[in-house]
Amino acid sequence: MNDRIEKRIELKAPVSRVWRALTDHLEFGEWFRVKLDGPFVPGQISRGQITHPGYEHVKWEAVVQKMEPERLFSFTWHPYSVDPKIDYSKETPTLVEFRLEKTATGTLLVVTESGFDKIPSGRRLEAFRRNDGGWTQQMKNIESHVAEKP
Amino acid sequence: MSRKSRNSRAATRQAHAPVFAALGDETRLLLVAKLCSGQPRSISQLTEGSRLTRQAITKHLRVLERAEIVHCVHRGRESLFEFDPEPIEGIKTYLDRVSEQWDEALARLKSFVEG
Repeated sequence: MNDRIEKRIELKAPVSRVWRALTDHLEFGEWFRVKLDGPFVPGQISRGQITHPGYEHVKWEAVVQKMEPERLFSFTWHPYSVDPKIDYSKETPTLVEFRLEKTATGTLLVVTESGFDKIPSGRRLEAFRRNDGGWTQQMKNIESHVAEKP
Repeated sequence: MSRKSRNSRAATRQAHAPVFAALGDETRLLLVAKLCSGQPRSISQLTEGSRLTRQAITKHLRVLERAEIVHCVHRGRESLFEFDPEPIEGIKTYLDRVSEQWDEALARLKSFVEG
């Protein structure tokens, strides 16, 4: 998969603490700013209401995929689905994965979001770059958000 | 955030799926690559050097046209296809926004677990 956003963040907290912040639905809701109806259960739909200022009209809906204790938490959802008039369920959902790794100072958290429908891969972007169009830079900018993983 | 900016962002969001889909094809990407220098070209010019038939190229151009990545312009009797960078810039803005939201959420997570 080349169509992904990847974020890496060093947290000065033990893996067990980060795991709880990610997978306890009340703790998740605190930092993610969502009021969830119930706990996360693999294979089940998680529902709730966004509490982020300005986005309180937005419903949260995700399907929990994997919960491998202190290693991997993942769900699928429709990112940035802020317009109640749009039926986002018709679009391909993206997969969000939180991977945890113990470090000397705490935890390395790697978050990836993949599956943005048919975003051109790095190889395809090459086709654009061969041209001198003024928007070549724009494509480079896209690529910087779509880190390649062989 | 005002209602207006929310709505305009949502409107941009809505248009992304067809743009992603239109770009998800090698032939169409090559057509975009040929057109993005800014010079409008005819179907004959775009078919030159391709293994595909004129009909096949036309079909691909129509897909790009529906996603508004190219526009058909008429010069006299000739139909030319012209590149419009806007939909692709829209994808960039959208990805920027999703990326930005993760940065914000992870910063909150950081203070939550370290606090």
